[in-house]
This record gives sequence, structure tokens and C-alpha cells, in this order.
Amino acid sequence: MIYSLCLLLILVGLYGVVSSRQTLRIVISLIVVSHGVHLLLLLIGYRAGGTPPIQEAGQTAAAFAAGSVDPIPQALVLTSIVIGLGVLALMVALCVRLYERYGTFDVTEIRRLRG
Amino acid sequence: MNAPVAEMIPYFIVLPLTVAVLVQLLARRRDALAAGLAGLCMLALALMSLAAALSGAGGEVVYNMGGWATPIGIDLRLDGLTALLLLTVNTVALAVALYAADYMQTFTARPRFYSLFLLMVTGMNGVVMTGDLFNLYVFLEISAIASYALVAFGCEREELEASFKYIVLGSVSSSLILIALALMYGVTGALNMAQVSARVAAGGMDAPLTLAFALFICGFAFKAALVPFHAWLPDAHPAAPAPVSAMLSGVLIKAVGIYVLARLVFNVFGPVAGVLELLCWLGLASMVVGALAALGQNDIKRMFAYSSISQAGFIVLGFGLATPLGLVGALYHLVNHALFKSLLFLNAGAVEYCTGTRKLDELGGLNRALPVTGATSLVGSMSIAGIPPFNGFWSKLIIILACVEAGRYGFAVVAVAVSIVTLAYQLKVQHRAFFAALPEALGAVKREPRRMALAMILLAVGCVALSFAVITGLGDPLLIGDAQAVLSAGIFGAQP
Repeated sequence: MIYSLCLLLILVGLYGVVSSRQTLRIVISLIVVSHGVHLLLLLIGYRAGGTPPIQEAGQTAAAFAAGSVDPIPQALVLTSIVIGLGVLALMVALCVRLYERYGTFDVTEIRRLRG
Repeated sequence: MNAPVAEMIPYFIVLPLTVAVLVQLLARRRDALAAGLAGLCMLALALMSLAAALSGAGGEVVYNMGGWATPIGIDLRLDGLTALLLLTVNTVALAVALYAADYMQTFTARPRFYSLFLLMVTGMNGVVMTGDLFNLYVFLEISAIASYALVAFGCEREELEASFKYIVLGSVSSSLILIALALMYGVTGALNMAQVSARVAAGGMDAPLTLAFALFICGFAFKAALVPFHAWLPDAHPAAPAPVSAMLSGVLIKAVGIYVLARLVFNVFGPVAGVLELLCWLGLASMVVGALAALGQNDIKRMFAYSSISQAGFIVLGFGLATPLGLVGALYHLVNHALFKSLLFLNAGAVEYCTGTRKLDELGGLNRALPVTGATSLVGSMSIAGIPPFNGFWSKLIIILACVEAGRYGFAVVAVAVSIVTLAYQLKVQHRAFFAALPEALGAVKREPRRMALAMILLAVGCVALSFAVITGLGDPLLIGDAQAVLSAGIFGAQP
């Protein structure tokens, strides 16, 4: 159920990417998509009532593994967010440069390449 | 495989990454130093990849990053396929770095170009070496971000528009790959390729894994610009500065697209008949659409970009056949295409550098003014068109023979037809740009600078050398057999 909400978020973002006419809206839609994916990743590592993935002193590895949430997806999401930040910064910079050159954010007017 | 090679593995990633930062620290305002550092770095990497390739002989070395064993740490693996890709990537990048030293004189902020270029090489080396799928995603994004920025490097209208298109489609495809990673991790609990394939072998493919596999194929088909997913390539590749176009078309779509597809299909999820059939049709569609679109182009670089889609189709068709002969043909064509397509893009760059235009109807008679460009582009054109005895002929012949051997006569006929169309558009370039009379409007054409000429000669010699390697039966030591053995061995879990 909750997985399908992630899927919904991703689809909403994808719809935004294909239907938006403004470059900045496309960028925002892409952020929505990536957050949908991040939520999905986090959900996969989630366990109802799990403890934070920090092994306490004296706790055996087996007991730790039985009780904690999976830490790997959290590490993956963290990495992915950093990557997303890099891509986002570049995308916004491109939007600004495009605005300088074309004087518009409208993608239907930014069409010099075709064929 | 001997110990020094194992010690060398991490430096394929560490060296270009370090030099990329060093260029920014030391050579921010000194162009010559930046070019020198990048050139030396690429020379070292090319020699290292040659050493790795020669010492390999079918072995497989696994390097555990940070000394952590595989289930906890991330491993880098060097086998026949990786060695072949590393050699291709780093050799082409060496020629491109040499070429860029002269070509980039017309741009500003040159040290930044070298940093981004080295980051792109870092990403590609990482993608082909890593044994961990999330690590692969990270390296993929490193090379992707560097190439988005490099496409926009000129900062003119076309460049920015192309880069924006590229970054949007690139981000969507990266998201697909990340969803696939999430699903795959959820089912198998592993990110390491060998572990994933062991779970697949043990548990079979259930619905979420199949979905993950499908998303992987879509995502990497985007990166490889196979036909339904190719919209970004004909804009992005011509808009970039010529050395970058050469890298993008020559090696990037192969290292991060086709290589990963092949690795996933053959070594991780296992070659299922339906998936192989899909690869065949993706390849066929790319071959036909790319070649027909190339025929109608007037801009040289745009024509070559469409031609890349078409030639990538040949490679994927070879993989899709999945017979030993088909795999050999695909891998051989992959190496050949890396050499001649980067050569052709460097030629197009030289033409643009010396005449100021790359429109075919404004060009003509350049053979006299640009003898090196003319001669090397003839080698490149004849290779890609599959004229014997050049290397492109042999690899296409092997792929066509593999089609016939597999009983796919229709595919063989299409492949022959596409080769003829390829010959037609390459002759169009040769005729219009290099042979016809020099138009008055072009005036005095300056000669190509020395380092640009040297880089083009290097790649042309590579094309000719590869052709002779096959004729004289030396083809086998060139690693293609090793690489094919890696793919034919099936999924990692099935290996002894």
C-alpha cells in the first residue's frame, strides 16, 4: 500500500516532466521523482518498531541484526541525495543561462535544435 | 594474474580524480600546465590499461576497497571484459586529451575543461571496474554530471538547449536505474553483482526482480541511446566541443550504456531468451533509424551522432544473438567504433576549427588545404562504412555471419542494407567536404595545428592496426576472446 504511494509520487513527477512548459517546473518535477525514489529506498530498509542501526555496547551482532532497521538503504539515500544536489545545482545553472540567452523559461520557445 | 596488476586497480580511479582536483588547485590560470597534467595523466592511464590488458590472459582479479571483504566492502574487479573496456576508454581519452590541447584554444576557462574531462574518465573507469551495483550508479552519475557540463561548455544557445535536454532525460533514466536498484536490493538483500547473481541463480526471477531487470534495461538503454530512448543524443553530441563529442560518442555510450547492459544481461541476471530477443530488436531499430536519419543531415557532427546510434545498434544486435561469434563481433565492433567514431568527430572538429563551419553545403575541397584531416577522415569513413580491409568491415562481417549462423537471415539482410546506407552517407561527407571544389566563400583555410593532427593520426593508425590484427590472425591476443569468455560464462553464481 505505502509502496504504491511512492510509485504515485514518482508518476506525478514524471507527469510533471512531460507536461510542464517551463524549465524550472521540469526541474521541480525531477526533484519530486527523485524524492519518490528515495522514499521507496528508505521503505525497503524500514522495519516496524525497529531500533536505530547503532550497535550498543555488549549487544551481540545477531541481536543487533534482529532488532534494528537496515542501515544500508539509509546510506544509499544519503549518497543519492548528495548526487541529486549536484545535478540540481547544474540544472538550475543551466536554466539561468538559458534565460540569459533566450529571455524565457518556456521550453516551447527554446527550440533551435531539430531534425 | 600477477600482484602488481592487483595493486594497480584502484589507481584507474584515484589517478584521474586526483589530477582533476590538482588541475583546479595548481593550474587554474595556467592553461599549458593544465593541458600537460591532463595529458600526462591520460598517458599514464593508457599505459596502465595496456599493462593490465597484457598481463591479464583470462584471469580475474578482485580488489577490495579499503581492505574490507566483499559482503561488507565494495570490490573492484578486473577481468577480460573490463580490461578490454579500460584499454579502449583510456586510449581514446589519451588521443582526445592531446587533441584538446590545441582545439580548446578557442574556448575560455580551459583548466575547467580538463578537470571535467578527467572526472568523466574517472566515472567511466569506475563504471567498468566496479563489482557493486550502487557503486556503479555513483560512478555513472560522476561521468554523467561531467558530461552534462561539458555539453554546455560553449554556453551558446544550442549548447545550453542540448545540455538541458540531456540532463532532464539523463536524470529520468538515472531515477529508473535507482528504482531498479531499490527493488533489487529489497528482493535479494545484496548490491554486489556476484551476490545478486548467486541469489538469482538460487531463487529464480520473481515479479519484483523482473520489474527491476526491466527498469535496468530501460535506464541503460537511455544511456546507450538505443532507439526508442535516443532523443537526447543527436542534440547533445554535436553541441559539445569536438573532443567531448569524440568521448561521448566514442566511449561514453559504450562504457556506461552498452557495457552495463551486457554485464547485467549476461553476468548478473543471466541471458534469458526473451531479453536477448529484446536486445536484438532494440539493436535493429537503432541500426535502421540511426542510419536513415544520418543520411538526411547537413551538419557533419549531427550526421555522425545519428551514425553512432546506428553503429551502437550493430553492437547490441551482436550481444542479442548471444552466440560466441555474435559476442566476438559485438565486442570487436565496440572497440572499432570507439576508434573510428572518435576519429571522425575529431576530423569534424578540425574542419570546424579551420573553416569555421560544419555545414556540408558550405564546405568542399578540403583535401588540399587539410591533408591530414582529409586522409585520416578517409580512413575513418571507410572503416565505419565497412570497406575491406578496414577494421569495420571485419567486425560487421562477423556480426552478419553470426546472424546467418543463428538462422536469423532477416537480421543479416537488414545489417547488410544498413551497411550500404552507412557507405552512402559517409561518401556524402567525403564528396561534399573533402573532394569537391573549394568554395570561394571559405577563403584561405588555415592548417590544422600539430597536436590535433597527431591525435587524428594516432586514432587512424589504431584503426588500420586493428584491421591487420584480424587479417594476420593476431585478433585473439587482443583480449576480445577473453572478454567474450567472460560473457559466455554466464552469471557469476554459475561460475566455479
